[in-house]
Amino acid sequence: MNDVETTNPGGTQTVHAAGVSIKDLRKSYGSNEVLKGISLEVRPGEVVCLIGPSGSGKSTLLRCVNLLEQPNEGAIQVGGFEATDPDVDIDKMRRKVGMVFQQFNLFPHLDVLRNCTIAQTKVLKRSQGEADKIAQANLERVGLGHLAKRFPDQLSGGQQQRVAIARALSMNPELMLFDEPTSALDPETVGDVLAVMRKLAREGMTMLVVTHEMAFAREVADRVVFMDGGVVVEEGVAERVIGAPQQARTQEFLRRVLDPTHIEVAED
Amino acid sequence: MAMTARQRAKVSLYVQAGIFVVAIAALLLATDWKTISANVFNFGRIGPMFPGIFTAGLVNTLIYTALGFVLGLSGGLLLALMKLSSFPLYRWIATGYIEFFRGIPALLVFIAFGYGVPLAFGVQWPIFVVVMVSLGMVAAAYIAETLRAGLQAVPKGQLEAARSLGMPQWRAMVTIIIPQAFKIVLPPLTNEIILLTKDSSLIYVLGLTASQYELTKFGRDGISSLGAGLTPLLVAGAFYLVVTIPLSLLARKFESRSARTKR
Repeated sequence: MNDVETTNPGGTQTVHAAGVSIKDLRKSYGSNEVLKGISLEVRPGEVVCLIGPSGSGKSTLLRCVNLLEQPNEGAIQVGGFEATDPDVDIDKMRRKVGMVFQQFNLFPHLDVLRNCTIAQTKVLKRSQGEADKIAQANLERVGLGHLAKRFPDQLSGGQQQRVAIARALSMNPELMLFDEPTSALDPETVGDVLAVMRKLAREGMTMLVVTHEMAFAREVADRVVFMDGGVVVEEGVAERVIGAPQQARTQEFLRRVLDPTHIEVAED
Repeated sequence: MAMTARQRAKVSLYVQAGIFVVAIAALLLATDWKTISANVFNFGRIGPMFPGIFTAGLVNTLIYTALGFVLGLSGGLLLALMKLSSFPLYRWIATGYIEFFRGIPALLVFIAFGYGVPLAFGVQWPIFVVVMVSLGMVAAAYIAETLRAGLQAVPKGQLEAARSLGMPQWRAMVTIIIPQAFKIVLPPLTNEIILLTKDSSLIYVLGLTASQYELTKFGRDGISSLGAGLTPLLVAGAFYLVVTIPLSLLARKFESRSARTKR
């Protein structure tokens, strides 16, 4: 086990953080190889942002970590679990790994509080009272304690995503995976979601984040990993990868992302 | 005199309505009203049908339908899950079952369970068991396809979210997917009950005692005993509508509700 215990400066939240270790990961859909041998370490308590053009395999990599995608080759360790061991208890491992999706995926037939308690009571076997208390605390944590009785379709996208984060946190995860958490949001609600993620990072949560928010990555990430074409092209501290990229492909990508109005005419 | 396109369309509508009215009038003129009123609208003689048509006919129709629906719903859910299973044998069994029972007339199923089972196994099931099994097994085949479509209509992200919270597959299905699927299929499921209500009339091929009569059998019995011609069947038909029209309205309400909440 490579868990560490870290306490945030406020001293109110204690996070048991787990690390991730990925070695030579390969994943194909038919003859299309999307991950071509990826190795990546995320230390307990570390925040790592995955950036890169669409189709570069970063979401697939993230989804391999909690086995929403089954890798073809390679090894993944999450906390004390060998994720790629065929005998691993997937459900037990997933309890330690919170996942936040681009499309939120809240359960539309349950109110906000029940969204945050259903897995607590059914999976962790907590009593409804205890689960309610934990859920309410996590909803306060994301700033939505007052919306506990609403249904998902009564919330804005940003609010839904924050509920999704509270839902994942209610399971006391040791690692949080974020799959483009702000890509489906209206621009004015992006900030609230990023603020919650920033807070979580400060509290010492291990986070693996696929994102197009370069400012967020630069500010919050301990390390940034740039992927393209199924391989890691460049990785390092955020300041260096985003501020002073070494590889031509990274430079090209960042130029397009940071200055989207700059139009280039391809010369073929 | 030339007409505009709108005028032409208007004239065409009038002509269609006119043809319709003339056809109806011709039909009414050609009808032998004397015979009809003695044999179809002879309401003076149907007094003895009451209150039995309520206490036996209507009640039994509702009971038989409910029994068939309960078995059909549970069987249909099982078949739908089998059809979506990753295990090929389950899929083949479910597909075979569904194709078979949708492909043969329900009447044959009633005969098979009413007369075939006693011949083959020497056991005589109580009549309500025969009805439940016959109606239920046919209904399961239809309901299975409805539910399968409903289960597939639940976005894939729902299962992923549930699984990523540590729920095993069965738990995710029971707590997250199936409740949402049921909401989606509520309108077609209600239509399924309407079909079942009418199919419960097929029980007439079996030997029934008077207390087991449902609406159709009750009506047929009235034909032979009341001397009012076909009038008792007309009454029985009216009672079916008393059940099916509210169900149909209910289905429409479900439909408009789900259309409203959809985004």
